Amino acid sequence: MIKFSLLQLGDALRSKKISSVELTQLYLDRIAALNPELNAYITVNEEMTLAQARAADVQLKQGEGGALTGIPVAQKDIFCAAGWRTTCGSKMLSNFVSPYDAHVIEQFNRAGAVNLGKTNMDEFAMGSSNETSYFGIVKNPWNHKTVPGGSSGGSATAVAARLCAAATGTDTGGSIRQPAALCGISGLKPTYGVVSRYGMIAFASSLDQAGPMAHSAEDLALLLNVMAGFDERDSTSIKCETTDYAQDLSKPLSGLRIGLPKEFFAAGLGADVARAIEASIAEYRKLGATVVDVSLPNSRLSIPVYYVLAPAEASSNLSRFDGVRYGYRALEYTNLADMYEKSRAQGFGEEVKRRIMIGTYVLSHGYYDAYYLQAQKIRRLIAQDFSDAFKQCDVIMGPTTPTTAFNLGEKGDDPVQMYLSDIYTIAVNLAGLPGMSIPAGLGDSGMPIGLQIIGNYFDEARMLNVAHQYQQVTDWHTRMPQHVKV
Amino acid sequence: MSLSIGDVYKIARLARLGMTEQEAEEAHTQLLSIFSLIAEMQAVDTTGILPMSHAQDLTQRLREDVVTEKDERELFQSTTSHIKNGLYLVPQVIE
Repeated sequence: MIKFSLLQLGDALRSKKISSVELTQLYLDRIAALNPELNAYITVNEEMTLAQARAADVQLKQGEGGALTGIPVAQKDIFCAAGWRTTCGSKMLSNFVSPYDAHVIEQFNRAGAVNLGKTNMDEFAMGSSNETSYFGIVKNPWNHKTVPGGSSGGSATAVAARLCAAATGTDTGGSIRQPAALCGISGLKPTYGVVSRYGMIAFASSLDQAGPMAHSAEDLALLLNVMAGFDERDSTSIKCETTDYAQDLSKPLSGLRIGLPKEFFAAGLGADVARAIEASIAEYRKLGATVVDVSLPNSRLSIPVYYVLAPAEASSNLSRFDGVRYGYRALEYTNLADMYEKSRAQGFGEEVKRRIMIGTYVLSHGYYDAYYLQAQKIRRLIAQDFSDAFKQCDVIMGPTTPTTAFNLGEKGDDPVQMYLSDIYTIAVNLAGLPGMSIPAGLGDSGMPIGLQIIGNYFDEARMLNVAHQYQQVTDWHTRMPQHVKV
Repeated sequence: MSLSIGDVYKIARLARLGMTEQEAEEAHTQLLSIFSLIAEMQAVDTTGILPMSHAQDLTQRLREDVVTEKDERELFQSTTSHIKNGLYLVPQVIE
């Protein structure tokens, strides 16, 4: 059953082969057995989860419900969920029980999905290895000595280890695609504005976007159908026609033009990753696609630009954590300023403090033009590169990451090395484009490799079609980590 | 890039982050290394380029000026124990 697609699970539930309570209990038992080692979940609440499963069974019994009714989905702990502890991976929110639901949570509840628990993540989504979580590191189920990637590392591990049927993630600079690649699963970051950010704890508001993480493009399409949609409570939510993201899955790919940016295949790319990406491009040629060389000349600047803009936005967003209305408050302090300084010093981890410091500096008097404004101008150049490239192609492809999963602790002492691991994903967020990662092979060490597919604005249905057709002729997305017991 | 240890203390104060001497020194080293990564950006000629603050070219939506939320003060204040008579408690600010 844990190898079933979401469509197959839906059929099994509707045909009464299994009840939602039984299916949910199966996953809860797996979590109880495997989570102590993998640490993919921060919070599991059997009582609340099973109550949702029982409600789904009532709906199913009456022949009601939709595609996800009764299906257990894990939620990244960045989404506020009423009555659930919602920590964002931080000591600052370790005691925070959300009084309300994020839009994404509302949408899943409305669809009848069962919330299986809150998954581990880098603190406030700041990290690429899941090592900055206050709740401990997460292990990659393919090799417990390596990182699952981040910041949605808990969701990626939970999906890969079959500790849920599917999961949610968020992606500010690669936080869905990079862990999806390192854990051998599929993940999609939609166009900025497609999924509401209401109730999703803010990191860098002009870049943050939520998306699904699952085993296949087909599963992602069903999940995106639930997550996407206009929400007036998010001022950047985009009003557009309702799309069935699964509608184009089975379209043939003949005539598809794939752009390969030469900058994505330059120095720094691992040889095993390069081979796997080339093999998958060859597969696409067999499916009828043609390949065109494109260039994204400013993409090398995406990391410096990102590390000005994202911390600037974060320093502003995280100023709300002052120990007054919610969150951690220091036990001892002498006055109000001292209370703020101690609560924030003790409540935030090192990486979060580092980024608040960068952001505060680049926004401070005398530095704003040289850093913040200059970064915003280069952001436009980066976005322009993509729109030029899309004049020649329908989708852009390349590696999601330069290497397969690195070892736990390997980059922990050197923030700059850690930042460079997101070299292929960050530009997509700066431009606001949709991007996804699908499994495309195994590296020299037997670890998964991700193929990144970047689409034009609002072209998610086509990207899912492109990914789905590849998954019809390859089986990388069905491979499972050896350690995972079925 | 000439970020001094004095600047580190100044930023920490602006950001309301308490910092020990040792933490400030560590932060100083790491910030210098991060700003040397960021420095690559400075050489780019951006004359005549408009800053891009956002991924989508959106204008702020407006709505009727009417009450849309109901009073949920008790629920929202359930997230802290530092309250009295519906007010948040903080250290005395005015002598």
